[in-house]
Amino acid sequence: MGRELLQAIVDGILVGGVYALMAVGLTLIFGVLDIINIVQGVLVVLGAYLTYSIYGHLHIDMFAGLAITIPVMFILGVLIHWAFIRRLRGTERTSMTLLVTYAVALIIEGVLYKIYGADQVQVNEPSINGTNASIHVLGFYLGYIYIYGFILAIALVAAIYLLLYRTKFGRSVRAVMQDETAARLIGIEVNRVAALTFGIGVAVTAAGGMAFGATNAFNANSGYDLISRLLAIIILGGLGSVGGALAASIFMVTLESVVTVWQPTWAIAVFYAALILVLLLRPEGLFGKKAVRAQ
Amino acid sequence: MTALLRTEGIKKAYGGVQALTGATISVEEGTIAGLIGPNGSGKTTLFNVITGYQRPDEGQVLFGDRVITSLAPDKVFAVGIGRTFQLTRIFQRLTVLENMLVAAQHSRSQRHTVRRRAMELLEFVGIHGHADLQAGSLSYGQRKLLELAYVLIADPRVILLDEPAGGVNPTLINLIADRIRELNSQGKTFLIVEHNMEFVMGLCSSVSVLESGSCVVSGPPEMIRTDKRVLDAYLGADFDDDVAGQQGPAGTPVEEDPSDVIS
Amino acid sequence: MTALSRGAAIRGGLLVVALALAIAFPLVFTNPAVTQYGVFAMIFVTAASAWNIFSGNSGYVSLGNAVFYGSGAYALGLMAKGWNVQGTQVFDLLPLVGLIGAGIALVFGLIALHVRRHTFIVITIAVFFIFQLMAFNFSFTGGSSGLNSPFLTWQPVPYNQNFYFIALGFAVATVIVATLVRRSRFGLQLRAIRDDEDRARGLGVKTMRVKMTALVITGSITAMIGGVWFYYINQVQPQTGFDPLWDLQIVLMAFLGGYGSISGPVIGALIIEPGTLWLNTQPQFSGGYLSEILLGVIFLFVVLVMPRGIVSTGAEWIKRLRSRGRPAVVPAVMTEQAGAAALVVGGTASLQPQAKDGGQ
Repeated sequence: MGRELLQAIVDGILVGGVYALMAVGLTLIFGVLDIINIVQGVLVVLGAYLTYSIYGHLHIDMFAGLAITIPVMFILGVLIHWAFIRRLRGTERTSMTLLVTYAVALIIEGVLYKIYGADQVQVNEPSINGTNASIHVLGFYLGYIYIYGFILAIALVAAIYLLLYRTKFGRSVRAVMQDETAARLIGIEVNRVAALTFGIGVAVTAAGGMAFGATNAFNANSGYDLISRLLAIIILGGLGSVGGALAASIFMVTLESVVTVWQPTWAIAVFYAALILVLLLRPEGLFGKKAVRAQ
Repeated sequence: MTALLRTEGIKKAYGGVQALTGATISVEEGTIAGLIGPNGSGKTTLFNVITGYQRPDEGQVLFGDRVITSLAPDKVFAVGIGRTFQLTRIFQRLTVLENMLVAAQHSRSQRHTVRRRAMELLEFVGIHGHADLQAGSLSYGQRKLLELAYVLIADPRVILLDEPAGGVNPTLINLIADRIRELNSQGKTFLIVEHNMEFVMGLCSSVSVLESGSCVVSGPPEMIRTDKRVLDAYLGADFDDDVAGQQGPAGTPVEEDPSDVIS
Repeated sequence: MTALSRGAAIRGGLLVVALALAIAFPLVFTNPAVTQYGVFAMIFVTAASAWNIFSGNSGYVSLGNAVFYGSGAYALGLMAKGWNVQGTQVFDLLPLVGLIGAGIALVFGLIALHVRRHTFIVITIAVFFIFQLMAFNFSFTGGSSGLNSPFLTWQPVPYNQNFYFIALGFAVATVIVATLVRRSRFGLQLRAIRDDEDRARGLGVKTMRVKMTALVITGSITAMIGGVWFYYINQVQPQTGFDPLWDLQIVLMAFLGGYGSISGPVIGALIIEPGTLWLNTQPQFSGGYLSEILLGVIFLFVVLVMPRGIVSTGAEWIKRLRSRGRPAVVPAVMTEQAGAAALVVGGTASLQPQAKDGGQ
């Protein structure tokens, strides 16, 4: 039992890293644009399908395929922002963009359904996620895909951190996150920053999608479950906090993984229960900022 | 005269920035008091602390004998302190009249009376013609008047005005000043934050100057006008320009001597 | 007759006509296939109007009202089964279902109403999934096969007719409740919360209490109509009782008709529900994904092109065409509800036109 538990924890951490990748993008988008991007879930699925097709038809290794999928998703993100999100303003902006992104998600899901059908598929590259593709460490089985995925996740999160804290662009992003009006006043092109951030937030779903697609059987419908988890994660971590998203991903996924050992059906409920509990105690999430009352 | 509203040693910091460093001011009942100071001196923060939108790290806010430091905004409002905001906060989608009614506490039986009073107040500030229009369609100046009106509907004893003359045309400024005087003559006390020196000096009987988070000097306008510390506080920015145009006490123009400022 | 009282008379007249038409509908079109549309339409008019009472007025968009709907359905099913209630007596259970809906709303509100608006929306989604999960996994809810309702011994034609009138009754009652809320001080406070919650709180509005009350009203009505729906189609399953697309449809109806108005959800439901039903009968739509895409597209169109709803936007365009060039100060009646809507149901934003006391 203890062994199972430890395996579950290890699995949880590894998978959590992958979720972190998707969650970080989502929370970044919120931090800069102040919107909740519901499309993220279905975009992960899109990323998974892209990897699936690229590997299946072009026989390019899934990791190498990222060289294609990441730029594609980035451009898609910028397009979505330009077409639908940029023009939403006003006091109801948050609710409106949420509905808009939900609508876009529906459309993409429908299109994916049309193209790929309802059957569940999985990206299967034997050398990476085949049945023997794992290392045995101290009696634990660590699938290659999970390890690579985790490393990739860490690498990309680190890259985002570097981008945010070491580049001029990153500084603009952080400025907009803190105070959009002030940023505008010092000459930052907020729209450009918003568009690019959205693109980056979506681009990471390519990597997340690849990892997700290689570790789960999925179809167009999988987006719902994904986005609800991701939303729970970023709220728990604190909307807008990159570190929070990382911590919350690992925490929630590990928690779920551990509970699955005893109660597989209810494990997902624990996920949400944790969210509700945190919200009751700390409405702004673990690392979020308290909403200021004054104007 | 007893001080109706007082703060004692208010300290407030945000992260690394010390916004208020021991602000102590007092407002006598029945007066119109002014609060001036350069940008960043902490005026709005002090307002926020007084009205409960923010809690100070140290210090107290007193209303008469009562300590109200930790009261939430609605309690502060209920106690009798009304407040307007720099960037007007009105309910945009509601009509002008409805905005008034939100602030009013009334039961079903008193509805008629309250509505009448609301219309009276709207007439008082001059926007009763817009009563059934969406508040969002009002011009900036009209919104300021609306804010003033609905703060009044609860009949507060003290009214805090945050930049009532900011961004408003001169005719409207005069109207606002007029209304304030009229309300004052009915016994209402005012504390006004403003950058418009003419407005403050012409209206207030007592002015406090905030600088870097605490009050450096306080007194009647004539005294403030020529006080060195005030000049120091503004460091020759807009205040000096205003002062340069004024007459000194003996009728001589006040000099802008840099060496005086940097002593 | 002054312009205002003439407007009121027209409004009243149109209302009576609309009601008469609604009552006559199933009596004229007796074909069950047609009246079926009517039943569903009325169910959705109720649900959308109920959604509006809380979400439309307070600005807290809920994407989880299906929680109440499905719970109402399951509650009715479980009570009917457990207490062996049959036939028309099942309807007597509806008030109880309403109570259950209110209770769920209470708990839900206590958890979810402390947070900011966007977090709230997400929580509604999360709670929705929890409920769906529970419906799937609890044995007493019948798992994935769900629950069946007791049978009614009505013939097809009266079956639809009776359900139609029941649903119509609910719809009318809900619209009345929505109007009462709108005209009351409570409604005013709700709408103030929507515009500037902190300011409202600072002025003494008991925001938590106000929001809760609205949510409880919405929850109980939605639960009851969920029960009616369940009894009408004779079964409920986790994916039908708790259907994410249902949530979206409701929101779309409210937006299409005019978010925040009273007539909005009514009009939206009357357009979309029959439309959806009809589309589902067309072969190319029964696959499922096309209707999703269409829903998404319509949604985008409504939110981006006419965010204030078809009625408001339509009236605005008409007004603009009529008063070309003349800048007009927009009266509240026009922008909030728009003339047409104001004519249909008295959903004016401004208060009752008073006799001018004191002169103006």
